Amino acid sequence: MDGLAIFQTPGMFGNIIEMMLKIIFIFTMNMGFFAPVLTYVERKQSAFMQDRIGANRADVFGFTFFGLLHIVTDAVKLIVKEDFIPRGADKVLHTVAPLIAVIPALIAFSVIPFGGKYNLWGHEANLVIADLDIGILFIFAVASIGTYGAIIAGWASNNNWSLLGGIRVGAQMLSYEVAMGLTIVGIFMVYGSLKMTDIGAAQEDFFHWGIFLQPLGFFLFFTCALAENKRVPFDVPEAESELVAGYFTEYSGLKFAMFWMAEFLEIVTISAVLTALFFGGWHIPFVSHAMLSGFLSGIVGPDFAELITMFVHVGVFWLKVAILIFLQMVIRWTLPRFRYDQVMMLGWKIILPLSLANIAVTGLILLLVG
Amino acid sequence: MSVENDARMDLHAKEMILNMGPSHPATHGTVRFLLKLDGEKIVHMETEIGYLHRGFEKHCENGTWTQAFPYTDRLNYNSAMQNNVAYALAVEKLMGVSDKLPERAQYIRVMVCELARLADHYTNLGAAALELGALTAFIYLVESRELVWDLIESVCGARLTSNYIRIGGLSADLPEGFKEHVKEVFDKTKVLCDEFDRLLTHNRIFVDRMRDVAPISKEDAIAFGFTGPCLRAAGVEYDVRKANPYLVYDKLDFDVPVGTTGDNFDIYLVRLEEINQSIRIVEQVLEKMPEGPINIDDPAVRQPSKEDVSSKMESMIFHFKNQIEGIKVPKGEAYFATEGSNGEVGFYVVSDGSGKPFKCRVRPPCIPLTQAMGFRVQGAFLADIIPTFDMINLIGGECDR
Repeated sequence: MDGLAIFQTPGMFGNIIEMMLKIIFIFTMNMGFFAPVLTYVERKQSAFMQDRIGANRADVFGFTFFGLLHIVTDAVKLIVKEDFIPRGADKVLHTVAPLIAVIPALIAFSVIPFGGKYNLWGHEANLVIADLDIGILFIFAVASIGTYGAIIAGWASNNNWSLLGGIRVGAQMLSYEVAMGLTIVGIFMVYGSLKMTDIGAAQEDFFHWGIFLQPLGFFLFFTCALAENKRVPFDVPEAESELVAGYFTEYSGLKFAMFWMAEFLEIVTISAVLTALFFGGWHIPFVSHAMLSGFLSGIVGPDFAELITMFVHVGVFWLKVAILIFLQMVIRWTLPRFRYDQVMMLGWKIILPLSLANIAVTGLILLLVG
Repeated sequence: MSVENDARMDLHAKEMILNMGPSHPATHGTVRFLLKLDGEKIVHMETEIGYLHRGFEKHCENGTWTQAFPYTDRLNYNSAMQNNVAYALAVEKLMGVSDKLPERAQYIRVMVCELARLADHYTNLGAAALELGALTAFIYLVESRELVWDLIESVCGARLTSNYIRIGGLSADLPEGFKEHVKEVFDKTKVLCDEFDRLLTHNRIFVDRMRDVAPISKEDAIAFGFTGPCLRAAGVEYDVRKANPYLVYDKLDFDVPVGTTGDNFDIYLVRLEEINQSIRIVEQVLEKMPEGPINIDDPAVRQPSKEDVSSKMESMIFHFKNQIEGIKVPKGEAYFATEGSNGEVGFYVVSDGSGKPFKCRVRPPCIPLTQAMGFRVQGAFLADIIPTFDMINLIGGECDR
């Protein structure tokens, strides 16, 4: 019981501890778990799709641990590598750019609920770091700051390829942020809130999941999210066969790793947003919070029942996130790359009108149904 | 002056000069593009070749006629067999022994040529997919190519640089159980290639990247000297195997796919169909191939067998003379054209009557294709260089020699 006593502390102290735990949890999940493990998953999954074996060389005394040691060797390699700044580059901006890219990717997660509200020993735990009223808009705002990282990197490298990459990032991100913002309006209209926790709570019933209420919105948002993520088929800013490596051509070592990490964190963030908005967040299909908690309280008592429910919900949330990450990786390893102008055309001429139509139709239905 | 131009005047916009290559991920085969870009649009493009020049012709002049074979391997290393065959045919034409070549050798030569074509097209199409971002599709075709190379390895012992053909014959007969091995390989490659086809041919993104990119008209293609899949994609039905049949191509039944627009997608489709046709040819060859000798029975042309060397006077003499002085090719010159994977591969050989080539010039298909790069991508986007350059399949070894 001692370990759980913190939940009984009333007032601010409990809140601070709860907050700290949530931040540590999210930070560990993202930086400690997903960012490194995804590098491994991507290798192994692509290998599986391509009839290869995949990473299996790094070993300790002959034990390879299914290639998991490559995560460690990657880290060591990136840390000890020379941090190269090309001649003529803007040293300050060149150094700041990767930070600008990676920090927003981390912050964006703060408004995503990874669980509901739980009453533990009289303390209400709300499993979201910052339950902002503007919710999803905060993610857009922060994500667009991340774009600056890539643009500045392209500019500061003093390299034409980087510059082209940087310009492509700017244009692509700008276009898709517009479309992305509009695709999500349907969700706001349906659930009547911008608050991520409200949207999550409203999806307790399986048939009220965002994907059923906003199927077109889901596809459009998913497409935009992939484009925001700058991965194949939307990886025109880095397009390794055209622009060498695009905006991070001149980056090496840890700075390069930061761009890389930002990319993986964005995959996680996008999957989490999709889960929260379209796939019922932390809810288990057909099993409501009250049902699960009620069933468990008959066995272990109400407080522990809530605690177990909380863990189950958090687990379900991350499971959904993992499935969506997998889906994104399958797409990444299947499709070829767009051309720059085709990406623009898709954004402005197809997704934008469709999302406007989606808003109109959603509004009409809401008006008629009430 | 249009509004757009007005705006550009105010902005003091100027074109960007960009140096693409020679060390750039897309300029494999080592070539350099000097681009003048307006935004991402190509205003002008200069192509510079020669980074892989190794002095092929001079090398050939320093050895005997037979010793040139390993050098020909390294021209188009994707389809080394075809270079071997083309060179051997040119020398045989000069010696006037073409019609003495045993039928079995002719069939085997056709077969290895088509296997090489398979390997070449697999690599080329796969690489094109790779550079457009479809890494998975690339791996499927590379796996097919490895399987075909297994076949070539079982024939001659080497996967990449075969050195299998000899003047007046072959270095060895086919291994045992080759027919079954071929069937096994084709069963697998057909599945892989089919998967590749389904992944890309109707993929909207892929079609958008390829269709209507860098088209070329019939007249322009001919004027530039295009041959092979690129010419046929432009709508000209010209295939050396049909137009000037050599070896036993006239006894085999195969179609020549022809495109209409000459754009990258047509070249892609022509190459994809040629894979099927090559498989057809190989299957027919295995069906029709007679038993018999594989070498011309003339010690002055083809190195005699060890058995003959120790039992026949004349064979013994030529055994040493061929080694020390080289095969004597009568004075004169000859040009022989064959259909390589990328187009017409021709050898122009001149002999002064000694055992060494006086001149050995190869006509590579890539040079005209590379030459037209700037013409074809003018006004297109920077990203269009990638599929265009991939579909012409420049091989540095062949282009720069």
